[in-house]
Amino acid sequence: MTETNVHPAAGGASAGGSALAPAAISITNAGKVFAVAKGAEVRALENIDLTVSPGEFVSLIGPSGCGKSTLLRLIADLDEASSGEVLVFGKSARQARIDQEYGIAFQSAGLLPWRSVQANIELPLELHGVGKAERTTRAEELIELVGLTDFRSRFPDQLSGGMQQRVAIARALAERPKLLLMDEPFGALDEMTRERMQQELVRICAETGAAVVFVTHSIPEAVFLSDRVVVMSPRPGRIVGIVDVPLGPGTSRTEALRENPGFFTAVTAVREALHGSPAVPAGADLR
Amino acid sequence: MTRAGGRSYAVLWGLIGVIILLALWEGYKALGPSSGVELFGQGILPKTDDRSMPHLWAMVQRAAEPVNSSAGSPPVWLAVIGAALNSLGVAAVGWAVGSVIGLLLAILMQRLRVAERAVLPWLILSQTVPLIALAPLIVAWGGKIQIGAFSWDRWMSVAVIAAYLAFFPVAVGALRGLQSPDTIHLELMRSYDAGWFKTLVRLRLPASVPYLLPALRLGAASAIVGTVVAEVSTGYKGGIGRMIVEFAQSGTSDPAKAYAPIAGAVVLGLVAAGLVALLGLGLKRFNRQEVSS
Ligand SMILES: Nc1ncnc2c1ncn2[C@@H]1O[C@H](COP(=O)(O)OP(=O)(O)O)[C@@H](O)[C@H]1O
Ligand SMILES: [Mg+2]
Repeated sequence: MTETNVHPAAGGASAGGSALAPAAISITNAGKVFAVAKGAEVRALENIDLTVSPGEFVSLIGPSGCGKSTLLRLIADLDEASSGEVLVFGKSARQARIDQEYGIAFQSAGLLPWRSVQANIELPLELHGVGKAERTTRAEELIELVGLTDFRSRFPDQLSGGMQQRVAIARALAERPKLLLMDEPFGALDEMTRERMQQELVRICAETGAAVVFVTHSIPEAVFLSDRVVVMSPRPGRIVGIVDVPLGPGTSRTEALRENPGFFTAVTAVREALHGSPAVPAGADLR
Repeated sequence: MTRAGGRSYAVLWGLIGVIILLALWEGYKALGPSSGVELFGQGILPKTDDRSMPHLWAMVQRAAEPVNSSAGSPPVWLAVIGAALNSLGVAAVGWAVGSVIGLLLAILMQRLRVAERAVLPWLILSQTVPLIALAPLIVAWGGKIQIGAFSWDRWMSVAVIAAYLAFFPVAVGALRGLQSPDTIHLELMRSYDAGWFKTLVRLRLPASVPYLLPALRLGAASAIVGTVVAEVSTGYKGGIGRMIVEFAQSGTSDPAKAYAPIAGAVVLGLVAAGLVALLGLGLKRFNRQEVSS
């Protein structure tokens, strides 16, 4: 880890990627307005510009309600942008969803309770008509990848929270997506399980080479995992800063990184970007 | 283990309830005034003489004797079992037809929000039509049906009425079940680009099982009640409902005889509910609940 760069806010479409492959995600001037009761509106996102390169790990961080989940949902085509453009691997978000370009994991694991670990992981493959033999092979690979070999025929209610989350991650990886979308996947786990899961996520990402967009509200988690940390502010949700977390030569994301002085520099940079965001005048609650 | 324990407790409490009922019968018969209890000229408790309230053992004894004095007449209990099985068969057909219709209606209502708003009030209204009014209509309409070798039988009218009562709890329960999946699961299916049908098969139907099983049990009980009542109002012979009425008519001369088919009808309801519970055993894993991490 060498140095930490903090870009100013919007327009920070850095790391644009090479001209050869399209960016994993390319968002230009995107906004999202929710219509709520009686003509009132919630401006959840405004002026969002963000580019994520293939294989890059990007975290979204910000106070609760600043639109992190909404941004992720725009990328996943679970919600539609009210303005601007969201491209995933050069296609519209909708087309990318139809083409299964991404895998997704939420804060709660969302496993189907009547399916075993293995059957849960096979679900997306089954839905897309992959044959039985191939499904089994792939599920076995993934079960090994997330370290649940002894639990493959267990049911979700027989697993701890951390194990359930691993199954969810394995399920998200089932179709070898080049993009992984994760919304606070470790948010409900205890600190120790959480750090172990972070470590495993680093390993899994290295093995799969997928780009990741990771929503969190933990600064150390964001810094530990990410190549870049995107800092957001609420009402309306905007990007107020992007913190680069470059690893120096010979540094890797192991437990030792948490003790690295560069790690603390980056943590401080993220914290300052978070708190330096323009304060909302009292009484100007837009909701 | 706990669930099996809970079930045997339920059986125990059921038995205790039956014993209390029997004790009340004999207790009132022993202690109550033989002319019954009247309040403001209204009889509120029955007379306690042997004609109005035969002893329990008299009922059991009568059940072991032949139905009537004609030669080769079977004992009452055997006749009751035969009639009960006959009714069970008719009720089962009605239950199956009603359940399928109920499930299809639920799927339709889930698929089309408009259908839910348009159909649900009619379903509720349908259950308020008295059976007594319905039975003659169905018999009359059925009588007009004649397609090739197929002709309408009286038992079919009974089954239709049973189905008419059974479909309602199934439709309501299945609809609740089909609508039960969480947003997270629905969005997951959307992220897989799974259409309505795939979502129905992989998510909504399995998720509806915990709602569907009690609904099917309720439907079975309704089908039995419907069958017993419809047998009487359509004039179908051979079932337990008809037998209850026939035996009750010999009331004054042979009061103990009427109770065997009544007991038979109660047991029939229990057997029907038990059969549906067996169905639930095969679907056990769908009863697993999601536990949050
Ligand atoms: N479906 C919706 N309808 C109305 N408002 C919404 C909806 N989803 C999110 N919001 C609002 O948008 C803002 C951002 O929400 P969200 O993206 O969930 O924030 P975060 O994930 O950062 O906590 C919040 O003010 C929230 O109330
Ligand atoms: Mg959120």
